Amino acid sequence: MTAIAEARSNSGTAPLLAGDDRQLHSLGLLVVAGFFWMALATLVVAWPDAQEVNRTELLGVLAGVFGLVQLAVSAGGWFAAPLARLGRFAPWLILLALWIAGWEVATAKLDLLPLPFFPSPQAFVEVYTDDWRKLGDSLLASLWLLLRGFALGAAVGFATGVALGWSRRVGYWIHPVMRLVGPLPATAWLPLAFFIFPTSASASTFLIALATAFPVTVLTWSGVAGVQTAYYDVARTLGAGSRFLILKVAIPAALPHVFVGLFMGLGSSFAVLVVAEMLGVKSGLGWYLQWAQGWAAYANMYGALLVMALMCSTLITVLFRVRDGVLAWQKGLVKW
Amino acid sequence: MVALLESIEARSIGARLLVSDIDHGFVLHGDYLPVLDDVSFSVEPGEFVALLGPSGCGKSTLLRLVAGLDRPHGGSLSVDGAEVTGPDPSRVVVFQDPTLFPWRTVWRNAALGLEARGLLESRHDRVDEALALVGLEKFAKAYPHQLSGGMAQRASLARALVNDPKLLILDEPLGKLDSLTRLTMQGELTRLWQRRGFTVLMVTHDVEEALLLANRVIVFSDRPARIRADFVVDLPYPRHRDHPELLRLRREALGLLGLGRDW
Repeated sequence: MTAIAEARSNSGTAPLLAGDDRQLHSLGLLVVAGFFWMALATLVVAWPDAQEVNRTELLGVLAGVFGLVQLAVSAGGWFAAPLARLGRFAPWLILLALWIAGWEVATAKLDLLPLPFFPSPQAFVEVYTDDWRKLGDSLLASLWLLLRGFALGAAVGFATGVALGWSRRVGYWIHPVMRLVGPLPATAWLPLAFFIFPTSASASTFLIALATAFPVTVLTWSGVAGVQTAYYDVARTLGAGSRFLILKVAIPAALPHVFVGLFMGLGSSFAVLVVAEMLGVKSGLGWYLQWAQGWAAYANMYGALLVMALMCSTLITVLFRVRDGVLAWQKGLVKW
Repeated sequence: MVALLESIEARSIGARLLVSDIDHGFVLHGDYLPVLDDVSFSVEPGEFVALLGPSGCGKSTLLRLVAGLDRPHGGSLSVDGAEVTGPDPSRVVVFQDPTLFPWRTVWRNAALGLEARGLLESRHDRVDEALALVGLEKFAKAYPHQLSGGMAQRASLARALVNDPKLLILDEPLGKLDSLTRLTMQGELTRLWQRRGFTVLMVTHDVEEALLLANRVIVFSDRPARIRADFVVDLPYPRHRDHPELLRLRREALGLLGLGRDW
């Protein structure tokens, strides 16, 4: 206890001062970043384009406004601690401004990189201003398909895993099937699934569920099987029946494993989602990518990739937040 | 009048335990390993009996049989005349490890028995009472990883007491505590037992602990465990560890365990 208290006071007082110092330093750096973005705005607007591009003014305005926001934040940071903490992004913001400037010069301003493979930042912005409706629809379609499949797969995988871990008789029948079918990548079922299922939507829901279910099953199973027998002994001497042992002992004890399974399942469901949308489903971000490629609209592809990355990252973040809430009793959780 | 009745009730909840001709063993690498050999004894209601023996002699196995967690290969066990066929909340075990459920707060851990039997709604206050009894009322909302070893063991004691056991089965409950915590907990255990009047069956390999707490000590031989001695410790509580009678009994018990000459 005293050791912990000491450690806490050490990391709590002395380095906090150093941290304050660093925070002031990073606020200064944020001012620099703000000026970098203003400079970027000037470069975009003042230098005449060599390529035929739209949205040059909009790009300039966006960069300028973003730079002003950074200046405002760094000014506000002197008074408000939450704003001051944003200062840690300053090095990244500077790098980003430099990178966009280089990109802009190499494409729109000097036309050094071959079109259509390397569109300019303007073209990138244009994707969102002109095609946001189709992109938004695709995003919603992808999300809906993914959530349906993931929820189904997670539920089935969880139930199967608990049954496998709990009952030897269930294990006898399910284990061989799972060993044979589980490691097969869900995408291998793709041609068959689109043939057997009445709609491409139900086929891809099935495939995503399949991809999710395998890791969830295996990890739930190992979690339930690995519960200390002492927990069961304690519960049994206190009068617990098997229902209580499953719901209140085995499952809570296995939850840390279950969340690892859900994390892995979510990852493989992303892969199946994109492949399914590229090959069969007529909506969603995977389909959008395919469609953009058909028109050689590379800017649209980059734009859709960014949206997709944000979607996947957000979903993983949500999963980790849920886990942090459910497993608050655990020490030393991995931060995402 | 009501108070008197209540106190009589509280004093008379101890169970009578009858252990007759118990044989038990394990199969280890294909060989049968006898652990308990024809063990018989009885425990009267309200007695505090310590089972003393060298480590690994099968005392804990006997406790698991009494708790109903395992069935004996031969012989029979009965509590208040009823054959032991499985675990029952009237016979609660406190294990050497506190084995608190890490995902539950101290309060929810203590409430485990009531919850398992669907009684939590109606007997909510029993949990608070039990936590107060072991001095953990301020830690009701703490998680097990935030407790010290002694506090965790106290929480597991509260989890047992909530169920109003007639027979409290203690499997070296203080074995892993530091010596200072151990001394305080020994005092607390005897006070609880005197106040509640349940029967206690405690396994220990600490001779002094057995003599300080129990009013009867049963000494076991090395494996397979047989009863070597069964004697009464007729001293008032609280006992003093350098009482001459206690020292004499200690010498005797150590002699029975084969350590007489060196001590």
